Amino acid sequence: MIRVSTSVFALVCAALLVACARSAPDSAPTDMLNVSYDPTRELYVEVDKAFAADWKARTGQDVTIRQSHGGAGAQARAVIDGLAADVVTLALAYDIDAIAGTGLIDPAWQTRLPDNSTPYTSTIVFLVRKGNPKGIRDWADLGQPGIGVVTPNPKTSGGARWNYLAAWGAALRQPGGTEASARAFVSRLYGNVLVLDSGARGATTTFVQRGIGDVLLSWENEAYLAIEESKGAVEIVVPTVSILAEPPVAVVDDVVDRRGSRPLAEAYLQYLYTTDGQRIAARHHYRPRRPEILAEFPGAFADLSLFTIDEVFGGWQTAQRTHFADGGIFDQIYRPGGR
Amino acid sequence: MALAFLVLFLFVPLLAVFTEALRFGLGAYAAAILQPDALSALRLTLLAAAVAVPLNLVFGVSAGWAIAKFDFRGKNILLTLIDLPFAVSPVIAGLVFILLFGRQGWLGPWLTDHDIRVVFALPGIVLATVFVSFPFVAREIIPVMQAMGREEEEAARVLGASGLQIFRRVTLPNIKWGLLYGVLLCNARAMGEFGAVSVVSGKIRGETNTLPLHVEILYNEYQFQAAFAAASLLAGLAIVTLVLKVVIERRLQRAMAVPGDPL
Amino acid sequence: MVRTRRHTVLPGFRLTMGYTIFYLVLIVLLPLLTLPIRSWELGWSVFQATVTDPRVLASYRLSLGAALAAAAINAVFGLVVAWVLTRYRLPGQRVIDALIDLPFALPTAVAGITLTTLYAPGGWLGRHLAAWGITVAFTPLGITLALVFIGLPFVVRTLQPVIDDLDLEIEEAASSLGATRWQVLGRVVLPYLSPAWLTGFALAFARSVGEYGSVVFIAGNMPMRTEITPLLIITQLEQFDYARATAIAVVLLLLSFLLLLLINGLQSWAGRRLST
Repeated sequence: MIRVSTSVFALVCAALLVACARSAPDSAPTDMLNVSYDPTRELYVEVDKAFAADWKARTGQDVTIRQSHGGAGAQARAVIDGLAADVVTLALAYDIDAIAGTGLIDPAWQTRLPDNSTPYTSTIVFLVRKGNPKGIRDWADLGQPGIGVVTPNPKTSGGARWNYLAAWGAALRQPGGTEASARAFVSRLYGNVLVLDSGARGATTTFVQRGIGDVLLSWENEAYLAIEESKGAVEIVVPTVSILAEPPVAVVDDVVDRRGSRPLAEAYLQYLYTTDGQRIAARHHYRPRRPEILAEFPGAFADLSLFTIDEVFGGWQTAQRTHFADGGIFDQIYRPGGR
Repeated sequence: MALAFLVLFLFVPLLAVFTEALRFGLGAYAAAILQPDALSALRLTLLAAAVAVPLNLVFGVSAGWAIAKFDFRGKNILLTLIDLPFAVSPVIAGLVFILLFGRQGWLGPWLTDHDIRVVFALPGIVLATVFVSFPFVAREIIPVMQAMGREEEEAARVLGASGLQIFRRVTLPNIKWGLLYGVLLCNARAMGEFGAVSVVSGKIRGETNTLPLHVEILYNEYQFQAAFAAASLLAGLAIVTLVLKVVIERRLQRAMAVPGDPL
Repeated sequence: MVRTRRHTVLPGFRLTMGYTIFYLVLIVLLPLLTLPIRSWELGWSVFQATVTDPRVLASYRLSLGAALAAAAINAVFGLVVAWVLTRYRLPGQRVIDALIDLPFALPTAVAGITLTTLYAPGGWLGRHLAAWGITVAFTPLGITLALVFIGLPFVVRTLQPVIDDLDLEIEEAASSLGATRWQVLGRVVLPYLSPAWLTGFALAFARSVGEYGSVVFIAGNMPMRTEITPLLIITQLEQFDYARATAIAVVLLLLSFLLLLLINGLQSWAGRRLST
């Protein structure tokens, strides 16, 4: 018995070692891994194809770009724990900061590329049922009694944190808005929340497919995608003011230096800033940074007043500490008697 | 009553899976499961199960023999420890391997220096699969072996049979159904595992995605029909193992058709 | 600690026990050991504060309560189903038998999505339940339901072989000696089945406590009300706080270990009662 089992075991170990050995890097890598968050799947399918063609035209080399998608936090954690990403394209700077905190990325990463290392931006809008039966027009309506709100859990979803901060900032921007009135509004809003899904896509499905709630807080690009998918069962309401959501990108220094793939990885990210890259982003409902490309898509992006996280919250580190960390304001809202 | 329960709990969800999978006809169904990503996910899933099931089978038989045929102190604790991988949340099951083999894990620096990849590669996926399907064979055959008692084996021993002979001639025929069920469960779990594998996989398309992960990806891309098509493939794999079971059952019955044997 | 008490002539104890323990340590205990060690970094007072937070406490109640309820429901219906499938010949029996494995074969995420589709207020089944004033999705009831779904195969599959081995003759002998059907069931059948039955219960329970994929879709995830413990672990991980995540995991693990130990103790007690 034991002889059989040891030989099986030895065989397996051998097989695993062979598998390990095979994953050793080649001298000149012609492939790279982009670790990204959930809503960018469609965007990067097109970007990867266009970039590969562009690279081939410039260098004659065939490249393969592999993709990995998941919740932004989970993806950042995978990179921290050793997922060999050449580039990361995540939902918020906080997640890339967390990777930088372990020494894999230069701490000054956000200054290495233009526009805060964010080649495209988005914002937070509302999705309502066809015909807007509850007459939802702006942020204040979400705090009214009898409105069912769907938004993901800010503790587990990057997009949900943008939603929360958009609501907070919008309340501050009201005439006479203070920290206290913002807190009261956000508490009322989350009191109206019916389901806190763990991710943005889950929340969209809950709202669109399951028919839960009257309004969904959503990324602008997700909202447009949901309208296409639902064939008109839902429509967009654009509030007067919202947050400028900046999903940043970065080269993972430790990985590209180890593999020798830095030129490829840097070219890939720079491609996002080219006219072609910007057009692809715009086609997928991400707001391009270059004004001349934005002008090519008249009416595609609603005109609203946008504030940045740096202006209102003093950056991600502060926002995370104040609002989302354990015992932060979001936790206090949900503490019994905390409302 | 029992049938109503079954229909409500099992048949309706299955129906839902296949209805959704075939929503756009057979052509779309075939297209969904013949995607290169789907095929590579299928290969990976089968490979992980092919490693996990034999390992856990050997362990299960060995544990069954030790626990059912002998008395010793601490048996309950041992049994409970065998159950443990089960009670461990799949997420944690993945996490422990990250804590061991991840870049910041105990073995991380050594592995990085030698350029060996465990997590976010095949070995990690296999390890997580072995972990989650660990108790099945053991837990299925221990009650059967206990119910069987040990008198028959003892008699065989007294008559001069060797350990291996006793096992093959006396024990195995008695536990074969339990063993088969155990292997079946172990295999189904190994192929269907989602949580633990999703933590250690890295979700690289066409490379470290297993079939269940592929289903989730498709679902998240609003490709509901393709997602359910891939899910039906998993249900189909379970049915294949079941058919195999029936075939083996028939063979065994014919091979050992002893008159008067209730089995 | 491990020593044979009663003398037996059977060989192979050292070999099989040695291998069992070696494999158990390698695959299960060593990896799990990382949990307490990692949570140790917190220090006792932070550890205590983390695992006794009101929200965390509410989640233990929910996770353990729903898992126990689901395992109990499965124990009853699983027994009936296993009995019917083993003892009676029905049309389409093979198909029904195959269906039992479905909750296994279906990846948990798909199970969650499918169940939510079915039981959401607008879903196939949820619509009718809503007419009765019953909300399933996004309530503790929905969580229990998902756990019933994933736990069922354990009870059925554990009982089937044992029912199969149960001699019809014993039952017939008992009833020819004048026992009523209920007496046969209570005195003969159930005691014989009880070790396997309890195993099935234990397995279904254990599987349910930590379940994440199938539950998270149907749970609603509202703090204090429908937030399961595994979700809180994920929440800590999303904040890159491995130490706190492992702290909650250790408590969950300990709780289910103790409950399993209790059930296994019951089972060997039932087994001993059977053999005497």
